[in-house]
Amino acid sequence: MDEEITNATTTHVKHDESALRMQTFNLNAFFGLNRALKDISLDVKKNKVLAIIGPSGCGKSTFLRSLNRMHEEVGGTIKGKILLDGSDIMKKDPVNLRKKVGMVFQKANPFPTMSIAENVVAGLKLNGLRNKSRLNEIAEECLKRAALWDEVKDSLHKPGNSISGGQQQRLCIARTLAVEPEVILMDEPASALDPISTAKIEELIFELKKKYTIVIVTHNMQQASRVSDYTAFFYMGKLIEIDKTSVIFTAPKNKQTEDYVTGRFG
Amino acid sequence: MNNFHYNWRKLKNTAVFTICVIGVILVLIPLFFILYYTLKQGIGAINWDFFIHMPKPVGESGGGMANAIVGTAILIGLGGLMGIPIGIFAGIYLADKPKGIFAFIVRYLTDVLNGIPSIVVGVVAYIIIVIPMKRFSALAGGFALGILMIPLITRTTEEMIRLVPNSFREAGLGLGIPRWKTTLSIILPAAFKGIFTGILLSIARAAGETAPLLFTALGNRFWSVQLDQPIASMTVFIYDYAKAPFNDWNQQAWAASFVLIIFILLLNIIFRIVTRKSYTA
Repeated sequence: MDEEITNATTTHVKHDESALRMQTFNLNAFFGLNRALKDISLDVKKNKVLAIIGPSGCGKSTFLRSLNRMHEEVGGTIKGKILLDGSDIMKKDPVNLRKKVGMVFQKANPFPTMSIAENVVAGLKLNGLRNKSRLNEIAEECLKRAALWDEVKDSLHKPGNSISGGQQQRLCIARTLAVEPEVILMDEPASALDPISTAKIEELIFELKKKYTIVIVTHNMQQASRVSDYTAFFYMGKLIEIDKTSVIFTAPKNKQTEDYVTGRFG
Repeated sequence: MNNFHYNWRKLKNTAVFTICVIGVILVLIPLFFILYYTLKQGIGAINWDFFIHMPKPVGESGGGMANAIVGTAILIGLGGLMGIPIGIFAGIYLADKPKGIFAFIVRYLTDVLNGIPSIVVGVVAYIIIVIPMKRFSALAGGFALGILMIPLITRTTEEMIRLVPNSFREAGLGLGIPRWKTTLSIILPAAFKGIFTGILLSIARAAGETAPLLFTALGNRFWSVQLDQPIASMTVFIYDYAKAPFNDWNQQAWAASFVLIIFILLLNIIFRIVTRKSYTA
């Protein structure tokens, strides 16, 4: 590793490198001249859930969208280093990167012109997998993993947007699982859902972390404390504090973090 | 006091609503008048012969316009072959790169093209195709119609693609689907209904054009489906027959007008049926 990185690692907690899925070093993200992220350096540990909390406009979504280089699709730019399994993602083709780092969006967005089953395998099909029985198998498997199979197994041919909002969001998760990512980024995946659907998504996240690494942005601090292993607090584009979730919510080291998690601002 | 305000508001509401209804009626009157009058005038000349027979030589009565119906279909087909792909791809470009200076120029010129009188487009086709080929032809007619179809299809494609929520594009990209494939396989199908409407509108416009065909496809009183030969079309048929001094011919011009209107009506019905089956956003 080069010098720049070793310097940056001083802010990282001492750890076993093999347990890391992603790392960022002095990550800066821009919208034009506006600097939305300021020198973010943090680790995403394998098979753990990292929650990112902070008030609106603090850069948490931008951070998430930097991790799969979606930030650049909306005209933003990224400076700094992001590693996935030790290799620099800025040197990779973003299209291939996104197969490894999947994304679930705030609002469920199943493709309206495709059926439920087609939605699940859309990523594979559009990347050239043609074998019908294999696609069907994958669709079933992913719907089961997304805890949706039992609810939709009799209506697989119906339009992807014909099911309820909560089901649609799990469909989107199944669709992400189908391309076999290592990391799943979730941008407030339950913020538009009712409490029961939210609970289902949270249960699902708990199941998924056995196989995947998850980074979730949430506005809901209870949700962060329920689903995550680690929590990062962002404020004004800066990483204020990252630690085990239990520490962030009970004994944060930083005053701003404490004020935020206790509801004094934000 | 309160009651006064309420009544005053209700009065204003009724007044504006009445104006709206009058507006609708004023819009519909000419439409129904045209439909009624063409039907009344044309119905007498419409029979089976009209669709399957050729025009009779001058002086004989009867005959039909089979060649003109087929000719119009061929001309629209040629125009569509040229106008639809160019229009759709240009529309995709404009929707995908909305901000560049090149996009601005393309968009501006498309609007200008949309406003150019169709007879000018006919002259252009005459210069580009008829003069080098040294003869009038179906190809030249199709070319002229194609140019006329482009701006409408381009702008509807652009607008319709922009109406597709960006979240679908992001979902596609997020799955590791390349940008071009996301546009073609996800965005375009979601915008299909609107784009299809644009295509139908442009076909309806092309089907009704006479001026650009006068000195490109020219018209033909005989059966011809050869693309490098002059070809008959319904609008030119109407033009010729309507100004002819024979009552019989004038009747047939009315009939052709009626058929043309019905054809466009059918296009709309087909469109409704086709799009009803597809999923909507």
